[in-house]
Amino acid sequence: MIKTDILIIGAGPTGLFTVFEAGLLKLRCHLIDALPQQGGQCSEIYPKKPIYDIPAYPEILAGDLTDKLMEQIKQFEPGFTLGERADTIDKQEDGTFIVTTNKGTKHHAPVVAIAGGLGSFEPRKPPIPNIADFEDKGVEYIIRDPELYRDKKVVISGGGDSALDWSIFLTDVASSVTLIHRRNEFRGALDSVDKVQELKDEGKLTLITPAEVKGIVGGDKVTGVEVHKKDEEPFIIETDHFIPLFGLSPKLGPIADWGLEIEKNAIKVNNALDYQTNIPGIYAIGDVNTYPGKLKLILCGFHEATLMCQSAFQRIFPDKKYVMKYTTVGGVDGFDGTRKEAPKAVIKSIN
Amino acid sequence: MNPDITLKITDREGVLHEIQAPTDMAMNLMEVVRSYELAPEGTIGICGGMAMCASCQCYVKSDHELPEMGEEEEAMLAEAFYVEDNSRLGCQIPITPELDGLEVELAPES
Repeated sequence: MIKTDILIIGAGPTGLFTVFEAGLLKLRCHLIDALPQQGGQCSEIYPKKPIYDIPAYPEILAGDLTDKLMEQIKQFEPGFTLGERADTIDKQEDGTFIVTTNKGTKHHAPVVAIAGGLGSFEPRKPPIPNIADFEDKGVEYIIRDPELYRDKKVVISGGGDSALDWSIFLTDVASSVTLIHRRNEFRGALDSVDKVQELKDEGKLTLITPAEVKGIVGGDKVTGVEVHKKDEEPFIIETDHFIPLFGLSPKLGPIADWGLEIEKNAIKVNNALDYQTNIPGIYAIGDVNTYPGKLKLILCGFHEATLMCQSAFQRIFPDKKYVMKYTTVGGVDGFDGTRKEAPKAVIKSIN
Repeated sequence: MNPDITLKITDREGVLHEIQAPTDMAMNLMEVVRSYELAPEGTIGICGGMAMCASCQCYVKSDHELPEMGEEEEAMLAEAFYVEDNSRLGCQIPITPELDGLEVELAPES
């Protein structure tokens, strides 16, 4: 069981900044995220795109913003459960919460802050009628263990980096690799596109474009896929695995069943006070929440995180006196023993 | 001069909406759909309008001349689902006076 003061669901910019504001109050944080890395949308969807409305940064790349936040919170030693989705929440008799992930990891905290953005990123599943019947029976949307494909026939579809990179990687593992894409052009990194071309020329990879997989054949498991090419009769390719790699899209997911008030695919919170939800002790901050006048901006998430931490502190220590201190005055004391502080003024008399 | 134009948008439930959209607010079609809440929040414009998610895919029903597709839009549509010959990403269509009377239908959520 992982124990912490504030359990944060979502490691995007809002979740990460929460660690800083909580740290100033000597509260420890642990973050859960379905993605294998920190940064949320900033690292998953648009790491190389600039953002222009982060105060004091005339321009910053989304990926760099994530890196800077990680640097800013480092001394507060946040814990991370990455690549796992927060699935269930159980309120304990003492008012604390246990959150369990889809992989069974349990987290215990007196305060839960949902900073889940638009939800957890799930693979986009192509609309093939019988695809659900073959999930984990030869259809995989994410490659977890490449060894699964050792000496097997594999068909990959998609046109982005992950489709290209895995096609390249699996040529050394699988007995055959076929890459199917709806266009002749791929939008992955140039190196990857060149490498696929090279493997194709060497006969190590079969490329079928422009084409689309529109059906899956098999009984207990996948035995082939039905490929459609424009102006041609559909044909079947024999395969042991079909791996559609069409990127990820966020879904609110299990959080929608936690008994929280949901409006417009977002969690209703009290904007006048502390961003608490209808369940005391559970807060929602950043893009995942809604209230009259809500704007889904990173800078609003930072503000919400800051106020939320003050309320969390009062909830955890109801009798403790506290006033907000400027970091310039109080410095920053890390849990790792480091201290940042403003240099002392030099006082010297003039004779 | 009234800077608004009329758009005919069929939502994902098949309901036709005839709406007014401003041409002087640097809006795109996806944003117009969101401003009228013709699709639930969180199901359209997920990437914010960067042609990186295809949640604003729509089918163009009238023969208006639209701005040519950029490389990013083409690449995204190549990986989107339910794509037809008349598919476009709403976020890549700026609202201009020439689009008065444009008819579109929102593609299914995916």
